[in-house]
Amino acid sequence: MRSFSYTRAQDVKKAVSEVSSHEDAKFIAGGTNLLDLMKYDIMKPRHLVDITRLEMKSIEETEGGGLRLDALVSNADTAYHPLVEERYPLLSHAILAGATAQLRNKATDGGNLLQRTRCYYFYDTTTLCNKREPGTGCSAITGYNRNHAILGHSQHCIATHPSDMAVALAALEATIQVSGPEGERSIPIADFHRLPGDKPEKDTNLAENEIVTAIELPKKGFARHYTYLKNRDRASFAFALVSVAAALELDGDTIQEARIALGGVAHKPWRKPEAEALLQGKEVSREHFQQVADAYLEGAEGFQYNEFKIELARRSIVRALMQAAKTDQ
Amino acid sequence: MATDFIGKPSKRVDGLKKVTGQARYAGEFEVPELTHGVVINSSIARGKIKSIDSSKALQLEGVLQVFTHENRPKLAWFDKSYSDMDSPPGSPFRPLYNEKVQFNMQPIALVVAETPELAQYAATQVKVEYETEPHETNFDSQLKSAYVPEEFNSTPPPEPWGESEEQFKKAAIQLKEEYFHPSQHHNPMEMHASTVHWEGDGRITVYDKIQGALNSQKYLMGVFGLAKEEVRVLSPFVGGAFGSGLRPQYQLFMATMAALELKRSVRVMLSRTQMFSFGHRPKTLQRFSIGASAEGKLQSIIHETYAETSKFEDFQEDVVIWPAVLYKCDNVKLSHQLVGLDEYTPLDVRAPGGTTGIFALECAMDEVAYKAGLDPLEFRKKNYSEMDQTKKVPFSSKELMECYRQGAEKFGWQNRKQEPRSMREGHQLVGWGMAQGAWEANQKPANAKAILSVDGKLKVSSATADIGTGTYTIMTQIAADTLGLPLEDVSFKLGDSSLPEAPLEGGSATASSVGSAVKAVCQKIQEQLLELVKKQGNTDFAGKEVEELDFKDGQMSLKDQPATAVSITELMAQNKEDQLQAEISAEPAKEEQKKWGRYSHSATFVEVKVDEELGTIKVTRVVSAIAGGRILNPKTARSQILGGVVWGIGMAMEEYSVMDNQYGRFINHNLAEYHVPVNADVQEIDVIFVEEKDDVVNPIGAKGLGEIGIVSVAPAIANAVFHATGKRVRALPITLDKTM
Amino acid sequence: MEKNTIAPISKEKVTLTINGKEQQLEVEVWTSLLDLLREQLHLTGTKKGCDHGQCGACTILLDGKRINSCLSLAVMHDGADITTIEGIANGEELHPVQQAFIEHDAFQCGYCTSGQICSTIGLLNEGKAKTLDDIRDLMSGNICRCGAYSNIIKVVQEALERSRTA
Repeated sequence: MRSFSYTRAQDVKKAVSEVSSHEDAKFIAGGTNLLDLMKYDIMKPRHLVDITRLEMKSIEETEGGGLRLDALVSNADTAYHPLVEERYPLLSHAILAGATAQLRNKATDGGNLLQRTRCYYFYDTTTLCNKREPGTGCSAITGYNRNHAILGHSQHCIATHPSDMAVALAALEATIQVSGPEGERSIPIADFHRLPGDKPEKDTNLAENEIVTAIELPKKGFARHYTYLKNRDRASFAFALVSVAAALELDGDTIQEARIALGGVAHKPWRKPEAEALLQGKEVSREHFQQVADAYLEGAEGFQYNEFKIELARRSIVRALMQAAKTDQ
Repeated sequence: MATDFIGKPSKRVDGLKKVTGQARYAGEFEVPELTHGVVINSSIARGKIKSIDSSKALQLEGVLQVFTHENRPKLAWFDKSYSDMDSPPGSPFRPLYNEKVQFNMQPIALVVAETPELAQYAATQVKVEYETEPHETNFDSQLKSAYVPEEFNSTPPPEPWGESEEQFKKAAIQLKEEYFHPSQHHNPMEMHASTVHWEGDGRITVYDKIQGALNSQKYLMGVFGLAKEEVRVLSPFVGGAFGSGLRPQYQLFMATMAALELKRSVRVMLSRTQMFSFGHRPKTLQRFSIGASAEGKLQSIIHETYAETSKFEDFQEDVVIWPAVLYKCDNVKLSHQLVGLDEYTPLDVRAPGGTTGIFALECAMDEVAYKAGLDPLEFRKKNYSEMDQTKKVPFSSKELMECYRQGAEKFGWQNRKQEPRSMREGHQLVGWGMAQGAWEANQKPANAKAILSVDGKLKVSSATADIGTGTYTIMTQIAADTLGLPLEDVSFKLGDSSLPEAPLEGGSATASSVGSAVKAVCQKIQEQLLELVKKQGNTDFAGKEVEELDFKDGQMSLKDQPATAVSITELMAQNKEDQLQAEISAEPAKEEQKKWGRYSHSATFVEVKVDEELGTIKVTRVVSAIAGGRILNPKTARSQILGGVVWGIGMAMEEYSVMDNQYGRFINHNLAEYHVPVNADVQEIDVIFVEEKDDVVNPIGAKGLGEIGIVSVAPAIANAVFHATGKRVRALPITLDKTM
Repeated sequence: MEKNTIAPISKEKVTLTINGKEQQLEVEVWTSLLDLLREQLHLTGTKKGCDHGQCGACTILLDGKRINSCLSLAVMHDGADITTIEGIANGEELHPVQQAFIEHDAFQCGYCTSGQICSTIGLLNEGKAKTLDDIRDLMSGNICRCGAYSNIIKVVQEALERSRTA
């Protein structure tokens, strides 16, 4: 790890001004990803602003009937919170499908969104990587790309976003509250993470020195019909090859609304509302689910070692929707 | 209290230390004024170091030195001085020897600083420039240059017998297939570390992670020209090794070099990434041509192996002997060739060669069984071998049939439907597969020392190791049992180069070799006790031999007259003997042993559930039946087998060190991306030890269990996956993309 | 070469309660809890198996919750209550979980054991594990390369039983 200076912030405003007034400064809370990356010499902040003392640690109902998760609530406390378990079980399940009990106790909700990719080349400083060192090239396109993207990638980067939580948040259409030198704003989760394009070094649309303060869940939690399905290379403690957050609102056998978000397949949690809309008003059936799965994977493009993900994603969507609808037909 | 401990399920004698955090491993010893070293590794696979600029690092307060090939001390120049007890044929790697880069992640510099964090930071400030040369790390493309090594590191493939080619062509059933096994790394939980204590008078005490302290000592004497008295190596606890500690790794060289130069104590602990920078289980391609009669009798086996090695050492393991150990066949041809790559030399990993060879063999035999329309277990019974065909000798013992019987019964094999895809539960296809395995039961020369004190305390020692295998415990049991003392009065010391010589802990030979020495040295003490009682003029014992005596409950008595018992401690006190001492060298009975094929055997039965659409595989049940000779401690023995099964699961479904040929570098070099099994991967495992008596393998009749537990697991899983899905996956690991 | 003596890192004072004992410490800001424990306080029972949160060997209890001490800066935990393996037993008397690890032979080399034990106690504190599959999943943050998992599971099951009847 490189040398850095360290300060503790007492409120959001000071945290933002602290980070703005230092060169190459970063916020640190759970630290489970940032310290990991600093030890590998991948991220090299010269100053850390400790935000763990900020008053952003509660989960509360919002006026609109939704729920606000403060950014510093741990992943474990979120997953096991009675209101989350009851009203947003999809989120609970997604969080518990990720990482380990130890990591979830430490990692925060804000930090979870800001996790960086698990691309092998991003993680190895002796190799070329546009995300780590812009302009050097992408080693994954011609290298080992098992955990890489099949959707929305660019010639500059084929990395995926590793979070499970964010996939559920995408399906739930959460909003991210942020605060920065220019004040506060909220960003819909769909616009929070980016596709790599020609700037793969940027994972999110956070502006410089902005801090995530909370995640707001809208009222609709799809607590009756939901599934988080995660496919991975071992039974636990592994990042997703393909994951699906599926949520349905049903009226009898008729689908009122469907939400589907994919993890492990793109630089951001992958949603395709126009494909979801295909299910609106349709009966629950494997055939309809297959149609939507096909629509989701339209234009998908794999590489030497991850071609299989396209079919896996297709089948996973169908399975997740079947499970969410609680049907085996 | 009873003092017959052999065969009883004793708790580990080192358990208390391990559950309280008091067991100290190589990187944990507290020595005064310790400094810390961090190794810098090359980022290219082949070429030359043009320059190393350490100036920025050296400007940092607290950085003591940056060692490179340019400023290293004068070292042994003859490459053989770098060889160790486990070096394969070739020229051993010499760290910091010159500017040449021979493999990616080659150690090229050492930064030494006052704290570990500072050394880490300083390492980022060292700039290295290279002159890159094209590297060859692509196994597939180099296959064309495969060669037969001049000298085999392990057993040379036996000469062919019969007419394998002709018989294959004539056979009613023919199987011709290729099986692929990837590179895998040991990844013990403890990363390799050495703490070198500079004693101030030129002597050093080294705490090293090693499977035999003597090997580190020998290596340091060779490289640094130290006398035996100048270097003592200790390794009382080893946080797993599985072969990674058979050879001294480069942290030992680095820490010792720095300590000798700086005249300070130095610790070097490798990082998890660096755990991918030295030996690994080699990648192999195995080609099988198997011919059988329509009834499923084997008529011909041709087994060719191609395995990777480095360009400077010819590493080879026993991959191809197994068809000749496990099956009866009159026409057999076995060959083993090497593919030299720009990488570090592979290294023995738990059951080296056996795991690899038996995987391919047992998958291939399952295929032949199906071609013959035979139940896989019936097929194996039909081709059962009563002779070790590698040496054309009978087996000293082989209770494999009993493994089949008990294993199949426990598993419920009789309820199996032969047809693939014939069993299912909802989305999941259920498959039952089996495989058999064997491992060598070797004994090597070993020494031990025993001191019995008048207070009844017995101290036994030998320079062996306990890498989690239970050496401390079983040696304590053997010693206590032999002299009839309570376990708590017996202590066993190991992991110290100043103790009587013992072989490296490997090859499942420690229980056999060191156990025999411990038993023998305690028998020496028995003789001395008998002398004492005779000297006293005790007429009961006059003219008796030790064989006629019983040692139990702290007493010595005549077997046929228990009332003659005398207390051992009283006997010593009466004779004014403060202590009795003995040291012994236990040699295997080589001439007798040569007449026999000596192996442990296993039969593994596996149930898998494979999601039909998603391909995800769960190993839901494993029954492992083992014929491993005498079981010294059923508790620790069972753990050994459980561990082997978990390794088999990892090997079958997860473990894969990915060589990126663009860089000539293993690219998934961490535990997040190199998957080893986690708790959730492991479900029901049953271990059965069948009774097996063997007086040939060694005086205690134990065959060793470190490796027999793993060898037949991966093929049993692969065969179960076939049974579930109808898909033959011939390339490990079996991941969901191959079954969906 | 002349030393410029660049001071590489700043130090901060923190108060930590470690195994019941409050300690005032001066730590370099880049020091992890793991390295503080192992290198400065010589509490080497907490193990380093990867230093990146990928193995669980460094698991400790921070205010009663299990965490990876390798991914925690000591300076960020001023005022925290830390329990390491050295603080699990009550003097000479082993914690029932420690005792059960010995009885069930739930370890071999012992290197992951401290983390497994702290993780087991953390799991009991959390109270979320209900089924056998839950236990397996919630113990999956602690890798045991020796493969003692089935015996570890027995320990955890037994401990859960005990906590239910207690």
